[in-house]
Amino acid sequence: MIQALAFYLFALVVLLSGAMTILSRNPVHSVLWLILAFFNAAGLMVLVGAEFIAMLLVIVYVGAVAVLFLFVVMMLDIDFAELRAGFVRYAALGLLLAVALVAEILIGVGAWSAGGIDLARRAAPTDAGVPNIEAIGQLLYTRYLFIFEGAGLVLLVAMIGAIVLTHRERSGSRYQNIARQNARRPQDATRNVRPEIGQGVQL
Amino acid sequence: MDYASQLAMTLPEVILAVGSIVLMLVAAWGGPASTKAVSWAAVAVLAGALIALVGPATSGGEAFGGLYRADGFAGFAKVLIFIAAAVAIVMAPDFFARTAGDNLRPEYPVLILLSAAGMGMMVSAADLLTLYVGLELQSLSAYVLASFMRQDARSAEAGLKYFVLGALASGILLYGISLVYGFTGSTMFNEIAGAYAATPLTGDAKSYGLLFGLVFVFAGLAFKMSAVPFHMWTPDVYEGAPTPVTAFFASAPKVASVALGVRVAVEAMGPAEGQWRQIVIFAALASILLGAVAAIGQQNIKRLLAYSSINNVGFALIGLAAGTPEGVASVLNYMAIYIAMTLGSFLVVLQMRDHEGQPVETIASLSGLSRTRPGLAAALAIFMFSLAGIPPLFGFYAKFEVFYAAVQAGLFPLAVFGIAFSVIGAYYYLRVIKTMYFDEPVAEFGRGYALEGGLIAVAAVIVSPLGYLAIPLLSGWTLAAARALF
Repeated sequence: MIQALAFYLFALVVLLSGAMTILSRNPVHSVLWLILAFFNAAGLMVLVGAEFIAMLLVIVYVGAVAVLFLFVVMMLDIDFAELRAGFVRYAALGLLLAVALVAEILIGVGAWSAGGIDLARRAAPTDAGVPNIEAIGQLLYTRYLFIFEGAGLVLLVAMIGAIVLTHRERSGSRYQNIARQNARRPQDATRNVRPEIGQGVQL
Repeated sequence: MDYASQLAMTLPEVILAVGSIVLMLVAAWGGPASTKAVSWAAVAVLAGALIALVGPATSGGEAFGGLYRADGFAGFAKVLIFIAAAVAIVMAPDFFARTAGDNLRPEYPVLILLSAAGMGMMVSAADLLTLYVGLELQSLSAYVLASFMRQDARSAEAGLKYFVLGALASGILLYGISLVYGFTGSTMFNEIAGAYAATPLTGDAKSYGLLFGLVFVFAGLAFKMSAVPFHMWTPDVYEGAPTPVTAFFASAPKVASVALGVRVAVEAMGPAEGQWRQIVIFAALASILLGAVAAIGQQNIKRLLAYSSINNVGFALIGLAAGTPEGVASVLNYMAIYIAMTLGSFLVVLQMRDHEGQPVETIASLSGLSRTRPGLAAALAIFMFSLAGIPPLFGFYAKFEVFYAAVQAGLFPLAVFGIAFSVIGAYYYLRVIKTMYFDEPVAEFGRGYALEGGLIAVAAVIVSPLGYLAIPLLSGWTLAAARALF
């Protein structure tokens, strides 16, 4: 029962927050709605027993990608004074989102400990005794090792490509040379002079 | 099976991957000054990979639980790929040194090596995952190589176009893969073949999922081999990319994607032959026709060769349409001869420079080449006649084999239309020869680079009637390679 409730809750919130992501006028709000959608998708993943994907969603999408989005969005030309002016108005909404997230975490954990949803049929049934992080690890590093290494090479190419296409030597930049700084002695850098009165200083 | 014997089967790719990483480190510390050393070391790595093909890499069977297949078919394709990649590395330094703008950087040979490793994975794929990762490794390197001349707007445009359209094609391919996986329950070629054999593909109870999966997979692969109707990117990318990169695109990845298409068609979707044959026949005839007709109006020699490569893929696909071991052998045979013709043509294009060493690309600038540079004109004439399939040259034998295979498989109309369309294609090849031999000379080209001259001579000898001496060897080898698939 609680699983079904949790499922409908998460599914409903995913759909609503997904819609709000594209409907809200303020891009910062869009990203926040997107984060809510990711969170609820993670809840759905927990319900079907894929806790690893749930964690990935929270850590990678919410933790990294969405925050990156937020940074990019904040680079946009948004009138922050106007945004701050609405702080009190939006505080309630923000608080509501936070409460919803906490409540969902509690419900999700409760539903998970009550047992996952029975899926109709799985193409590749996993051993119930093996947690799916271990199962993925076993596949990734034994059966699919060759492909995994290949994927590593693909990422290497992406890195080389980004550097090849964008990196250029900037001539004329002045870099800090710590060794030279440390090797410089006071007697080379300063000198004591006693200028005659009315003669001025020679530099 | 222990890891040592599995790694022995994948030795060519292991050598390429390790070699490219080591050379990348050398390049990172050596900087642009190390370009020459890295280039030659990369050629040595490719030679090492070629030597590693002797042994378990071509006869070992399956490795990594059926993800990778080390058989004669993959071995033959890899020989062509590695040779073409090495030529693409050798022809680069002189081109970049003479061309204003960007210099050659040591990442160029490294990216070619990584691309070659990806192509090795592609032709040895026995699983859709290996296929996809190999394809992406090859394509991603190719996108970077296409825009290697950063100061040149055309090169940047070529890279961007290739990237966007390539990503679209990868998406189509992945969609097909997911459908095939969903409806067959496996990504392994032999199990997919089992599922295709067990499911009805015609009649009322046919599986639309399997059919759509097949169509999308073939569409994605057709993009990679630039077969019509997925060829639109080819002329722009070939024109914009630096000439050595264009030569690379027209040779090694072409072989890899055609070989991959053959393997998927025969090994994974063999039982659905009646379904994919329609697609292959349409793509073959459309490629031949469009490659011939659209090339007629071209003024740029690189665009002309781009349409020529579309045209040639069409001929190779005729061999695949036959679907027999002889047909597959004729495809391999075609690709082997095509590589020699196309690399030779691009080496000649590299010689087209004005007095300041800047490359010229118009066909008109070839006017009167027979009087200013008779050797070069003769070589290009040999390549053009051969690409057109004029009898005494080796290109004729390649076309003869694919049509013979099609006729033997009972595909008479296909062979008839193919031959008729190839006559249209002959027109524009002959136009190049007419420009060289009968038009008044214009400005003379600057002197070339001795090594490139040597390579042109080698390619010309292979393509010339002397190439017929290699037929017993070539046909025995391609047939043995093709039988590995059946």
